[in-house]
Amino acid sequence: MAGVAGPATGSGAAGGDGDDSLYPIAVLIDELRNEDVQLRLNSIKKLSTIALALGVERTRTELLPFLTDTIYDEDEVLLALAEQLGNFTGLVGGPDFAHCLLPPLESLATVEETVVRDKAVESLRQISQEHTPVALEAHFVPLVKRLASGDWFTSRTSACGLFSVCYPRASIAVKGEIRQYFRSLCSDDTPMVRRAAASKLGEFAKVLELDSVKSEIVPLFTNLASDEQDSVRLLAVEACVSIAQLLSQDDIEALVMPTLRQAAEDKSWRVRYMVADKFSELQKAVGPKITLNDLIPAFQNLLKDCEAEVRAAAAHKVKELCENLPMEGRETMIMNQILPYIKELVSDTNQHVKSALASVIMGLSTILGKENTIEHLLPLFLAQLKDECPEVRLNIISNLDCVNEVIGIRQLSQSLLPAIVELAEDAKWRVRLAIIEYMPLLAGQLGVEFFDEKLNSLCMAWLVDHVYAIREAATNNLMKLVQKFGTEWAQNTIVPKVLVMANDPNYLHRMTTLFCINALSEACGQEITTKQMLPIVLKMAGDQVANVRFNVAKSLQKIGPILDTDALQEEVKPVLQKLGQDEDMDVKYFAQEAISAVAQRLRKLDFPVKDSEEPSAPGADKNHFLRPRGPGEDTGKEGAAVRDSQAPR
Amino acid sequence: METKLPPASTPTSPSSPGLSPVPPPDKVDGFSRRSLRRARPRRSHSSSQFRYQSNQQELTPLPLLKDVPASELHELLSRKLAQCGVMFDFLDCVADLKGKEVKRAALNELVECVGSTRGVLIEPVYPDIIRMISVNIFRTLPPSENPEFDPEEDEPNLEPSWPHLQLVYEFFLRFLESPDFQPSVAKRYVDQKFVLMLLELFDSEDPREREYLKTILHRVYGKFLGLRAYIRKQCSHIFLRFIYEFEHFNGIAELLEILGSIINGFALPLKTEHKQFLVRVLIPLHSVKSLSVFHAQLAYCVVQFLEKDATLTEHVIRGLLKYWPKTCTQKEVMFLGEMEEILDVIEPSQFVKIQEPLFKQVARCVSSPHFQVAERALYFWNNEYILSLIEDNCHTVLPAVFGTLYQVSKEHWNQTIVSLIYNVLKTFMEMNGKLFDELTASYKLEKQQEQQKARERQELWQGLEELRLRRLQGTQGAKEAPLQRLTPQVTGGGQS
Repeated sequence: MAGVAGPATGSGAAGGDGDDSLYPIAVLIDELRNEDVQLRLNSIKKLSTIALALGVERTRTELLPFLTDTIYDEDEVLLALAEQLGNFTGLVGGPDFAHCLLPPLESLATVEETVVRDKAVESLRQISQEHTPVALEAHFVPLVKRLASGDWFTSRTSACGLFSVCYPRASIAVKGEIRQYFRSLCSDDTPMVRRAAASKLGEFAKVLELDSVKSEIVPLFTNLASDEQDSVRLLAVEACVSIAQLLSQDDIEALVMPTLRQAAEDKSWRVRYMVADKFSELQKAVGPKITLNDLIPAFQNLLKDCEAEVRAAAAHKVKELCENLPMEGRETMIMNQILPYIKELVSDTNQHVKSALASVIMGLSTILGKENTIEHLLPLFLAQLKDECPEVRLNIISNLDCVNEVIGIRQLSQSLLPAIVELAEDAKWRVRLAIIEYMPLLAGQLGVEFFDEKLNSLCMAWLVDHVYAIREAATNNLMKLVQKFGTEWAQNTIVPKVLVMANDPNYLHRMTTLFCINALSEACGQEITTKQMLPIVLKMAGDQVANVRFNVAKSLQKIGPILDTDALQEEVKPVLQKLGQDEDMDVKYFAQEAISAVAQRLRKLDFPVKDSEEPSAPGADKNHFLRPRGPGEDTGKEGAAVRDSQAPR
Repeated sequence: METKLPPASTPTSPSSPGLSPVPPPDKVDGFSRRSLRRARPRRSHSSSQFRYQSNQQELTPLPLLKDVPASELHELLSRKLAQCGVMFDFLDCVADLKGKEVKRAALNELVECVGSTRGVLIEPVYPDIIRMISVNIFRTLPPSENPEFDPEEDEPNLEPSWPHLQLVYEFFLRFLESPDFQPSVAKRYVDQKFVLMLLELFDSEDPREREYLKTILHRVYGKFLGLRAYIRKQCSHIFLRFIYEFEHFNGIAELLEILGSIINGFALPLKTEHKQFLVRVLIPLHSVKSLSVFHAQLAYCVVQFLEKDATLTEHVIRGLLKYWPKTCTQKEVMFLGEMEEILDVIEPSQFVKIQEPLFKQVARCVSSPHFQVAERALYFWNNEYILSLIEDNCHTVLPAVFGTLYQVSKEHWNQTIVSLIYNVLKTFMEMNGKLFDELTASYKLEKQQEQQKARERQELWQGLEELRLRRLQGTQGAKEAPLQRLTPQVTGGGQS
């Protein structure tokens, strides 16, 4: 906001007078009142512009009263208004006048729509910081009190969010009042208000004096944690984290733990879920000693809770919990007190539980070290890799790298390879996709021979998958493999198989050949591209299916930069011209595109431009294949550029 | 990837000579649709019976109630009630079959007994009965199996313990309906806490359970006068939470159905509390995403209110206009339906108050590109009563809708809509030919004026923006170059 307000505050009054008369408030207000919501919304979003035009004085005396009175608008307009007003202090004359913004925001904080109210509260919190302590007590605190005693729940709900911002800077007497108001909202008749109070309890506790926390916040916390509605009780669990952070170990034990223990065994699964969900925060807040005595047993219970939701939430926290245990005795503790429960969860009846566990279980290997991982965790990983639920398998696969660090890829691949091969043919395409994405890493670690023997056929099989995303990923995968294993390998193992597909009866397979060529040509270099790939592409220009033909055009455009002048001139150009006369509109279009790109290319090769850093042709911009190159790269023979381009993108 | 399909007439298209060889003719659909075979895996059931204890005493069948002398009847009754308070695990369908059967038989007998035998319900059995009911029905509902459960699309998750639960509900209902039932005795046990827990059960995904709950809550509302205000208040809390905090509650339709009959019984004049409920709860309830699930019941409640007190009409209609759906055409059709229901009962004096904003909205609906919305809006003109209201107020209504109708009649893509609009325009012509002619004549002028205004607006904002930039850059610029050229246009815009 400083950017907008800065100059205006200094010069507003002086600089404003000259123009103000030009913008009668009526005209601006007319805009804000326009019948069309969209126009009204546009005007509100430019409210700061209007205020700037009016100058600070008239903004205060004319614009704000108008805004306060027209609170009955569409929620969308009100939302924009609430947001704008949070940044308005400079436009009304700086901090001394910040209180002028309170009336419209007060009304906005009482409307029905939650989004608007929340935004108004946010803006009020922002503005509260700009008030002087005197103004805060004279204007802001009374507003909070009015909201807190409003007759509809909306205003009382909004009030809950404002206590913590005005408390620290209030005088002792006022502080007492503020606490009093907060107390009464915590036992409000309406559950909505109690929920709002419970959700702000932690935040409020943080700004209170320690004595008041113990004497006032703790009883409120205890009450809310045993509210008749579970939606209130579960919010108290969140507050528990903040409150425990403020108290000494003894006080936590005496004042917080009884309630927390009760929450961990609440009859409503939502409350227990919350405990599981906030477990790491709770663990940090209560410290290691209480964790060992109280939280670990509670956690064990949550891991075998009767509701799957709770178990899943707890399973998510396994790694963090273990990480945060004190180093001393950590391994034994995990092995004896946590691992037995994890073993149970691996064969849980619910897939969400298993999948939650699978997403973190791999992280334990770094905590437990190589030996434990091989002996205890690896069997669990293997079991999960064979799980019937694809999500579980997927989560294991996508986290393999953390285990990799601990036990090494050899060990990993030998024990996991059969499972991986099986997953490569998984019925869920997302699982297959995850495996494909993992392939370059595996290939790099395993070496060419091992790869050719075990995995190569998989990579080729993906090219004819029935899901496009898999074929696409398989194409990219080939490119990455070629980058790893080199062109010779490509020429011997990959390229022939790809090119054979050009004669496939299925046009989608034929197109895959083209896509592969697009991806591989750069990595394979000029020779292979010209001698092996280009003839196939050219041959396919006579395909019966238009889709294949226009992809031929696109491919020719793509591989153009890799080919030399002769090939372009004598082989590519005639075929493109032929395609340019095609009966199909799309083929024609893409052929034209390619023709102009190739023409550019030919011109450039004929007249090398020494100082150009980039192909300057407008058509070439569209061709993402032509990345920005280093100076001079363009001028030399194509071979140089091709070799360079083997570097990863 | 290009989605273009190969031309259907592939074989006839001449293949380019010189470019050979040509692959054999294609199958159009290259791949089998393996992925379509999509069996959604059912998650294993989760238990709703958190308090289920596995090692419990075995149930043994007790003598039948009808076989014991009257003196022993109540002693046996309370033993049977205790037996029915034992809970069984229904997720494991073969566990403890004998016990389940004993309890089922006992429940059946209780249902029979409380429904037909007079003199059974004496004071001492009340606490036992309520305890048995509470133990069975009150439970924390399990998490939904499907977090994005859509009541219209998805199969509900049925309560596994229904074989027992149904009998308990049936028993509860007959207990409440028994001629011997004494609310003055029962109110000690059926208290606010009991009602609160009963209301929480309305979130059950099982429609059979909600159906029972609906009838039961209705009876409770009828018999316990002291709980009425409390029930209404708690219902409105449920609605408010549903509207503003957590858009998930399965029993909204059922609760509204009960409320419909409650509203029906409100005494006149309506209390402020009730009016507030209409304006601050029922109207905002229209904004909820899943409106279609409970719209019929909601509209019924609203119309009930209006039939009680016509002065609320303006509030209601303005409220509906405020929450009018912006993107969801399905909801828009529902709103139009409800609006017609309201217009069916509107008093002419109330109609006058809202006719202009209302018909501007109707006109917007007519211009909707979704033909069902346009069609639904145009059906208003088939309604005799609405037509008579329009006729009486044609000097206001016609100008409000004419421009849009005229424009849409030329532009709408759907022929049915166009012909419907022609009918409406014809009706207008017959209604007031002179006004119609005037509006037709001024239509073009208005269009031009609109464009002019849009231009002026753009210039105004441009000027403001320039001014803002200058102000940001420094104080000098703005002072030296006042934006005089804006003045005439600004005043011109202000007048119109």
